[in-house]
Amino acid sequence: MNLNDVMGVLPELIVILTALIAIIVDVAARERNASASQGVTVLGLLVAGVVAIASPAETAMLMSGQVFNDGFASWFRALFCAIGAMTAVFSLVYLKHRNIRLGEYYSLLAMCVFGMMVMGSAANLLLFFVGLETMSISLYVLVGLRRDDSGSVEGSLKYLVLGAFSSAFLLYGMALIYGGIGSLEYVVIGDALRDSTGIGPMTVTGIGLLLVGFAFKISAVPFHFWSPDVYEGAPTTITAFMSTGAKAAAFVGLIRVFGIALAETNEHWVGVLTVLSIVTMTLGNVSALRQTSVKRMLAYSSIAHAGYLLVGIVAGSKAAFAASGFYLIGYALMNLGAFGVLILLNQRGKGDYSIDSLRGMGTVHPVLGLTMAIFMLSLIGIPPTAGFFGKLFVFSAAIERGHLLLAIIGLLNSAVAAYYYLRVISTMYMAKPEGDVAITEPMGYKVALVISSILIIVLGMFPDQLVAALLKAVP
Amino acid sequence: MVEKLHWIPSIGAEWHLGVDGISLFLLVLTTLLTVLCLLASWHTIHERVQEYHFFFLLLEAGMIGVFAALDLFVFYVMWEVMLVPMFFLIGVWGGQRRLYATIKFFLFTMAGSVLMLAGILYMYFHTVDPETGRNTFNLLLATSQSNYAIDVQRWLFLAFGLAFAIKVPLFPLHTWLPDAHTEAPTAGSVILAGVLLKMGTYGFLRFCLPMFPQATLEFVPWISWLSLIGITYGALVAMVQKDMKKLVAYSSVAHLGFVMLGTFALNQQGLTGSLLQQINHGISTGALFLLVGVVYERRHTRIIADYGGVAKVMPVYAALFMIVALSSIGLPITNGFVGEFLILMGAFASNKLYGVIATSGVILAAVYLLWMYQRVFYGQIVHEENSKLRDITLFEAAPILVLIVLAIWIGVYPDPILARMEPSLQLLLEKFQQGEFSQLQGVLPR
Repeated sequence: MNLNDVMGVLPELIVILTALIAIIVDVAARERNASASQGVTVLGLLVAGVVAIASPAETAMLMSGQVFNDGFASWFRALFCAIGAMTAVFSLVYLKHRNIRLGEYYSLLAMCVFGMMVMGSAANLLLFFVGLETMSISLYVLVGLRRDDSGSVEGSLKYLVLGAFSSAFLLYGMALIYGGIGSLEYVVIGDALRDSTGIGPMTVTGIGLLLVGFAFKISAVPFHFWSPDVYEGAPTTITAFMSTGAKAAAFVGLIRVFGIALAETNEHWVGVLTVLSIVTMTLGNVSALRQTSVKRMLAYSSIAHAGYLLVGIVAGSKAAFAASGFYLIGYALMNLGAFGVLILLNQRGKGDYSIDSLRGMGTVHPVLGLTMAIFMLSLIGIPPTAGFFGKLFVFSAAIERGHLLLAIIGLLNSAVAAYYYLRVISTMYMAKPEGDVAITEPMGYKVALVISSILIIVLGMFPDQLVAALLKAVP
Repeated sequence: MVEKLHWIPSIGAEWHLGVDGISLFLLVLTTLLTVLCLLASWHTIHERVQEYHFFFLLLEAGMIGVFAALDLFVFYVMWEVMLVPMFFLIGVWGGQRRLYATIKFFLFTMAGSVLMLAGILYMYFHTVDPETGRNTFNLLLATSQSNYAIDVQRWLFLAFGLAFAIKVPLFPLHTWLPDAHTEAPTAGSVILAGVLLKMGTYGFLRFCLPMFPQATLEFVPWISWLSLIGITYGALVAMVQKDMKKLVAYSSVAHLGFVMLGTFALNQQGLTGSLLQQINHGISTGALFLLVGVVYERRHTRIIADYGGVAKVMPVYAALFMIVALSSIGLPITNGFVGEFLILMGAFASNKLYGVIATSGVILAAVYLLWMYQRVFYGQIVHEENSKLRDITLFEAAPILVLIVLAIWIGVYPDPILARMEPSLQLLLEKFQQGEFSQLQGVLPR
């Protein structure tokens, strides 16, 4: 390990440092200033994100080939830091109103981000697994944070059991692949598969188990049963964080492992992934249609979005991976934003997040209403929003590679999805408000929401810069 | 007139706008109706006025973009963008069942347009810019390079055609229309009927006909029969409506049936008539919706039975209504006559049976409008409230007068308009007269 290696993982180091400082600051300053450790976390994550984007990727590999240092890794490191920072911004209001006084919250959040960053830049299956577990274990705690709430505890337990279960699948898969090929490094695996004429049953089984493990992590149908309950039970900030960050991290892994390292074997799994993608988006959307709780609806909608993202993996081209990257960035902005508005509007409620609690909010709270409308339109995929271009790029990559039917099913699904997102907008703007609607709207919080909605529109009008950058960054 | 700028070079999408004889008058209609609509809502919209104008102007931008786009991508973006303001216009300022109507409108259009997007993307990967050697969304190149095999043409025609047919709306995809038109605020109805429906018929002219000519020929009987059903069905259903706005809405189904019939007659008269009738329908039906809005503001009801004898208290209003109704029916010296006459000529030339059935539709149009006129304006005043109705003010009448002048002008002297439409339509028709379709000459109407 030389200086170059250290500089390469500087963002990760900053995030770990942030986690440590956050907990120390909390112990030292909680009595006087509850927001101190929040401030440290937001600042640390933002710095780490800027460093990740700004540091030039001189060498493609670090730590003797264990860590990728390519543009793709940089973009996703920055994305995870941004998601973490945004979640931290939302958390203060939420924790105060739900009376959660736990100092380790922000520290765990930063640890999660660190895990995601490792997942995004790992060049070795084992390292990927370490990142995954770092993220998951922190998340198990965060999901169960509301100890007096049975839903939260239930969600945490479910997540723990099924998370451990799926991790086991991943580990078995990795072990078998190691047995079949003799290495856990992505590049070596990729080279070995390109050179060999065929692959043995052991490797095929390994790939199958790996696929199941990934399907659990991205909550693809039929491995999705844990996610609506976990998403609903978890503190809403953590739901927002998981549905964007954890999902993006798993998808980067999926792109690196299946899209690139195992690309040679795709005849074995593209069919399966196509079916998974179709059932995931369809079932996610159809289930979301029936939800009366917006939080649960967003949980199902995030299953549907995993289905759209799988289209990118199926297409498996450079353009498709860049498209997935664009999609994940746009999705993070709009989904985090949507949860953010929801948290703010529901600070008085008992946490049922029923759609009726949004009645007339568009008129009473114009800024929140407008941003929520933009987030919803982007989730539908109406131009000019980032959500539209994410979908467009992913589906056009699929059509380019000949998956026309898959693209059409995906497009039809987005028409179905329009219904439940529209219902949120129409409830906010076209119904009369009921009861007491006063809420506190912290400045920083609102600024975060406004910035993300502006970014969504900007990306929806001028997507060229980001897409070109991602195309260049794709490994 | 063309404007071309780079927009998203990495996917070959360009900000490429232009005007030709097909889009010119639709653009004029769009901009004119928008101004008239805003005038008409001057005294009727009191809530959230800024938002109302914001959405109206956004809507106008989207409509202009649709008609002017020379890039498939710009076209699609504009097509979708215009959904959002309309969704809000109906949903926020609409009538009783506005939520149902606006969501139905949105979902119908969206369902059609996603398939169109698949079609656009498919064409994108089969269109190459000779300058850069990369795929492009350029509409002109897409048209000139569209030599698809017949089965591909069929699918593409369906993908595009469904989106357009929902917008038109072609029977049986029309069910969103009566709800949306009825629940929308007056200005919203005017724009819906006047411009939004034309986006569908324009789409057929701009995309389906020139790009998929063989498939078009195959689908002629299907679309013609659906149009004929639309003409008859729309008229019959309009006849039994109790609600004035719903009556006008169903009359749109019938009128747009004429437009589609003329387009798919695939000859000069039919195409010219159908393009002119698109403008005419915008003028006449727009004026009808404005007129219904005038009494609605006074009585807050649109039920025909709540009126009667209105001509006694509102004589000017009754006279204006009569002129507009006659232009909608298609009486000579009004615009409707020129358009329908050309369409019927085209229809007769392509298939006599179509012509005969369509002509009977003209009679039905007279029945539903005149019958409604009789029940609203003549007879005794049975409802006390109607005896004190104030006649139409000059401010309310101004937009309607503008439309009436246009209607008479087109009815008497349509030449300046027709002369500008014909070259573009002739260019379109050449596609169908080229040698490569000689084996289909038997099918071609003469």
